[in-house]
Amino acid sequence: MERVPILKIGQTLFVSIQIDLQDESVIRLQEDLADELAASGAHGVIIDITAVEIVDSFIGRMLTTIGSISRLFDAETVLVGMRPAVAITLTELGLSLKGVRTALNAEKGLEILNGKS
Amino acid sequence: MDVVVTNERMAAYLRDNHDKVVGRWTDLVVAGVRGRTSREEVRRELEDLYALVVRVLSGADEHAAGELTAALTELSSGRARDGFTPSETAVGVFSLKEAVYELVADSPDLVPEFYALSRLVDDLGLRTFEAYSATREQIITDQATAMLELSTPVVRLWEGIIAVPLVGTLDSARTQLVMEKLLDTLVATGADHAVIDITGVPTVDTEVAQHLLKTVSAARLLGADCTISGIRPQVAQTIVSLGIEFGDIATKASLADALALALRQAGMKVVPL
Amino acid sequence: MDELSIQSGDDVVRVRQFVRNAAADNGLSLVDQTKLVTAASELARNTLVHGGGGTARVEVVKSANGRAGVKLYFTDEGPGIPDIEQALTDGWSTGTGLGLGLSGARRLVDEFELTSKPGAGTSVTVVKWSR
Repeated sequence: MERVPILKIGQTLFVSIQIDLQDESVIRLQEDLADELAASGAHGVIIDITAVEIVDSFIGRMLTTIGSISRLFDAETVLVGMRPAVAITLTELGLSLKGVRTALNAEKGLEILNGKS
Repeated sequence: MDVVVTNERMAAYLRDNHDKVVGRWTDLVVAGVRGRTSREEVRRELEDLYALVVRVLSGADEHAAGELTAALTELSSGRARDGFTPSETAVGVFSLKEAVYELVADSPDLVPEFYALSRLVDDLGLRTFEAYSATREQIITDQATAMLELSTPVVRLWEGIIAVPLVGTLDSARTQLVMEKLLDTLVATGADHAVIDITGVPTVDTEVAQHLLKTVSAARLLGADCTISGIRPQVAQTIVSLGIEFGDIATKASLADALALALRQAGMKVVPL
Repeated sequence: MDELSIQSGDDVVRVRQFVRNAAADNGLSLVDQTKLVTAASELARNTLVHGGGGTARVEVVKSANGRAGVKLYFTDEGPGIPDIEQALTDGWSTGTGLGLGLSGARRLVDEFELTSKPGAGTSVTVVKWSR
């Protein structure tokens, strides 16, 4: 099972999803992030999905859940790099990804996180 | 579905009288072509078709029918593209009957064979019409697509601010294209604000409103803020009476107002020199 | 027609990749490919999680006016769906996770057919055409 690495830089956790994730890995990522947030006290999470070609309901739910978990730790989550085709598909599906901010790329995502505090 | 008519006697007859029949057939077709194709080219095309017709009639080869259909479709499409009417192409195919009839007219014992050939050629003539239709349909579809593309520009208003002026009705096909172009432009320019101007959209009903909402949702997933501008007074009244809610999406009467709002949100202000 | 077995999470990933290739090879636009693969992902997962495992079949089809399309069949011998109406309008809210994702998948494809009987398994067929 592939494990997605979590990078900590300053007060922010960075996650970059590079491969076609299997359901188990998705659940694992959620758990790892919760652990890391609790341990580090980070203020923000950036999830980079630039390389992700498919976001289905399962991954969509994980993203929303991560948003909720982060908020419990007083951290903000920003989803960056969504591909146009994925955005159009999600809109068609009616998945709103509530509770997760979005930005075009990691740089803009950081601006959002820093602007917040 | 391929046409399969078999008659070995006719197949043999056609083989034996190959040069005479193909020659006569070529004469008849060339007369109808009126100089738009050379005699050599016509002869070549007819030779190929003739060989396939003989194979189908002989019944020995199961692939022949499929190949004949394919060859005929290609001939017909080519003619359609060259500006021939479908009748002209069909008449050319039908004249094979005439060419053969001239030779068998004096042999009453060949009547059933000729009838078999006649049935086959009739079906082939119909095929040419079908192929012609299909080609024209494709041309129409391609043109519609091109028109759709042309009528959906995405322009850069300012650093980080892009606009999509919509002109004409917003149906689901158009919405798909608008979303694709808008999102691709957001990625290419790194813009964080999009103004969707609907001045040129004649009616805004529930369906159109849904399309707009979808477009805004998609843009937001890429981190862009959206403003809908160009709300005309009658449109505003229709929207309210239909109970359409734009929620937290900013709406403005004019593109100018929307630009001012976007600039303000970007932390900029326009001052006189 | 190609057949793929769905017995694990890895199989769902494999189905996604297979469908992606079939869609790309048959002229579907990038957005349409994404929609079809996403629908396939939903349906494959349903087959695995709710159907207890099953099979996916991928077929390239041709429409009456010559357009190419990709047809997918998902079948399982699981418990079936008791209330199809409800399943098709159910569970697309963001958090709950109870929805079968069927209504979503339906929105992403051009043709959608579902047959299911409690105790007799489920079969879903979808088609997406190139434009």
